Amino acid sequence: MTTTGPARLEAADDPVSPGPTSEIAIVVDGSEIRGLAGQTIAGVLLAAGRQSWRTTARQGRPRGVFCGIGVCFDCLVTVNGLRDVRACQRHAADGDEVSTDA
Amino acid sequence: MPEVLIIGAGPAGLAAATAARRAGARVVVLDAAEDVGGQYWRHLPQQRPAGREEVLHHGWERFTGLRRELTGVEIVTGAQVWLAERHDGRPPTVHILVGPADGADRVRRVFDPGALVLATGAYERTLPFPGWDLPGVFTAGAAQALAKSERVAVGRRVLVAGAGPFLLPVASSLIRTGARVVGVLEAGGWSRLGRAWTARPTELLSASHKAGELAGYARDLVRHRVPYRVATGVIAAHGHDRVEEVTVARLDAQWAPVPGTSRRVAVDAVCVGHGFVPRSELAVAAGCQTGPDGTVVVDADCRSSVPGVFAAGEITGIGGADLALAEGTIAGTVAAGAAPTSAQRRDVLVYQRFATRLSDGHGIRPGWAEWLADDTLICRCEEVTAGELRDIAAATGSRGLRSLKLSTRAGLGVCQGRVCGRSVEELLDRTTGGLLDPGRTANRPLAGLVRLGELARTQGDPS
Ligand SMILES: Cc1cc2nc3c(=O)[nH]c(=O)nc-3n(C[C@H](O)[C@@H](O)[C@H](O)COP(=O)(O)OP(=O)(O)OC[C@H]3O[C@@H](n4cnc5c(N)ncnc54)[C@H](O)[C@@H]3O)c2cc1C
Ligand code: FES
Repeated sequence: MTTTGPARLEAADDPVSPGPTSEIAIVVDGSEIRGLAGQTIAGVLLAAGRQSWRTTARQGRPRGVFCGIGVCFDCLVTVNGLRDVRACQRHAADGDEVSTDA
Repeated sequence: MPEVLIIGAGPAGLAAATAARRAGARVVVLDAAEDVGGQYWRHLPQQRPAGREEVLHHGWERFTGLRRELTGVEIVTGAQVWLAERHDGRPPTVHILVGPADGADRVRRVFDPGALVLATGAYERTLPFPGWDLPGVFTAGAAQALAKSERVAVGRRVLVAGAGPFLLPVASSLIRTGARVVGVLEAGGWSRLGRAWTARPTELLSASHKAGELAGYARDLVRHRVPYRVATGVIAAHGHDRVEEVTVARLDAQWAPVPGTSRRVAVDAVCVGHGFVPRSELAVAAGCQTGPDGTVVVDADCRSSVPGVFAAGEITGIGGADLALAEGTIAGTVAAGAAPTSAQRRDVLVYQRFATRLSDGHGIRPGWAEWLADDTLICRCEEVTAGELRDIAAATGSRGLRSLKLSTRAGLGVCQGRVCGRSVEELLDRTTGGLLDPGRTANRPLAGLVRLGELARTQGDPS
């Protein structure tokens, strides 16, 4: 386990006591990433330790989540072939195919 | 058709909905999010309901109470309002797309309400600084949203910086989500904060529940030995493809960095917010008059300048959740044709004074431009730097915001200037010696991302 970067708090350690939920799996650029039902795509990526996933057009710089509430469009991904989906707004569905190189 | 249509299910919209319902109106509430609560009451999703949501929320019972009262109100979540089609002298026609965010096959609905309450809230304003585009730099609100609705901490060693009391709940949530918060930095200095928060202390007593909320967050900081520094800010972020360190410096009264005071701090995330901007694009589209700061102008009944259109919450001025609740109650009551009580009106006044203290103590100061370098990005979407902005303005000699935006591309990217608009305007105003057409940045005809295919279908084209 890494000790740096974003992380999801395990339910057992969580003072908020989240209820039980089902696991989901999405495929991101060909690799499977596991998450929890009800998470956004950005939430699944961050919980897996990913801080960035997009590259900017002009300077080729990495981007991930910035505003977290659907305003900045930094977090765009392609979901099941549909481009320009805000990862922080779209809830992940089991089996979603996400690609980050659009 | 609903008698009262409410856009936004945050504190203002929910208070408006319950008030209008109590007054006997047929009420429909729309929100783009998947659940009600708005920014303040963001919570774990229905698929994973929390046993103890109140750990992250002061006043959680107020929310559950409001939610219980919503029986009989039609609530449409996952509803992106993308167009408010303006009419003279009456509420606009409201167009929505319902379905997964940014999906291609959302269901279209159209409303022609008798009365419309706009309660669309605000988004955060983060001032640009060198390296603010690095992954690991978040708005403070992003950290809050991810903590509350995903139980994800944006980093393990996190610095929180910017301006305003909002930084305190963000730090508190991060701690309760497993992060180590290495400091909370407030740009405002003690003398300004002191003047704003200690003047007329009896006023604060009437808003004492607000003061109690802030004291609760402060206790979290003390318990976890998190330093709180004033007159201090993050003026740069460093790292190759993610943030590894930030430069922290003392700020003078105008927020310019004090020479010789900067130091580096190792972090894996930094959360920065300097204030909020009202989300007033639907109000502008509907024809509502707005003030110079982009807030929707309303009277004591929360009526906007368009007959039948009301506004409540952060879009009428940044004042926090309690003011949003108080205004929502007025707006919903009047929109349903009833009269608010004098106690309800008094609530608005109490929390408005709190809002004045906010802007007195924490409002943005112009010295921030001093921490920019030539290659600092100002517009994140189009990747326009501070140097390019200045050079193009000098080369064209133009003083028109609209034409300068076209020649620099700043503010013309996919976020439509929501993130950088005000900063671009402030910088251009200074380099040009005064813009001739300031304040056009809230003019966005479409309030959400719409796909051409969806647009074609909504026009009746079967493709
Ligand atoms: C990310 C973020 C986190 C915050 N967290 C806190 C906090 O923890 N504590 C605190 O004191 N303050 C917080 N605030 C400040 C916040 O503004 C609160 O004061 C409060 O939520 C304001 O209530 P409101 O009802 O005016 O707006 P909001 O709560 O912002 O509600 C507005 C609602 O309108 C909806 N909406 C907007 N435009 C559209 C559209 N075109 N179509 C459909 N729906 C739309 C939004 O989805 C949102 O749910 C936060 C602000 C932000 C931006
Ligand atoms: S992070 Fe800003 S839109 Fe998703």
